[in-house]
Amino acid sequence: MGISVDSPEQTRKHMVQEAGYPFTFLSDPTLETIGRYDLVHVKELASGKDISRPAEFLLDPSGTVRWRMVTENFFVIARPEQVLEAAKALP
Amino acid sequence: MKRINWRIWAGFILSLVAGFSYPFVFVRWPITREFPWANLLLFAIAIVLLFLGLRRAFKPDKRIVSKIFSSLAAAFGVFMLAALLFLIFVMGSWLPPSSAAPQVGQKAPDFTLTDANDKQVALAQLLTEPLNNKPTKAVLLIFYRGYW
Repeated sequence: MGISVDSPEQTRKHMVQEAGYPFTFLSDPTLETIGRYDLVHVKELASGKDISRPAEFLLDPSGTVRWRMVTENFFVIARPEQVLEAAKALP
Repeated sequence: MKRINWRIWAGFILSLVAGFSYPFVFVRWPITREFPWANLLLFAIAIVLLFLGLRRAFKPDKRIVSKIFSSLAAAFGVFMLAALLFLIFVMGSWLPPSSAAPQVGQKAPDFTLTDANDKQVALAQLLTEPLNNKPTKAVLLIFYRGYW
């Protein structure tokens, strides 16, 4: 599931209709959840806005983090094969 | 006969292509985004061309105008390369610390947010709701910078 500061309309247009991603997208324009996960990027340079920094968390059904990637460089984000490998290790 | 110094022109144009093809093309694939192999290869060719063009322009029979132009073109090529490396390896890591982000083994904080269909969705709901009539095995949370 994807989480960003984008509004539901922006997400619907760009991620669902244009990019065609089939999974759930959630909007956090007030950064409440992004803040709870300590991922707020205050006054990001390119957008000038407060946004989420990239991060991925794989949770088991109890909601426990089983794998995560909190990148140190936003040009490097989790690759699908890394996530699939981590998912295979789950019971 | 006066001949155009094609090497300097080719080097100049190729360094433009090498720089701008990163944000517009090569940023799309992890293998060319995480480390700019493709762009560095283009820059290597551009710099060789600029060097050859510069050497030609500084032959004694060449005019001062072509010496100045060639020097500017070569400086621009080097600047483009430096700017790309700065963008990826310096600006890319301008991220705040996230020391309180949930660690492996910790419970992920619950939340309820609006989805793309304006419906309220809770994390707890995604964790327990069956998907395609099978119990959920895992949920992947992807925090991302936005669509832009």
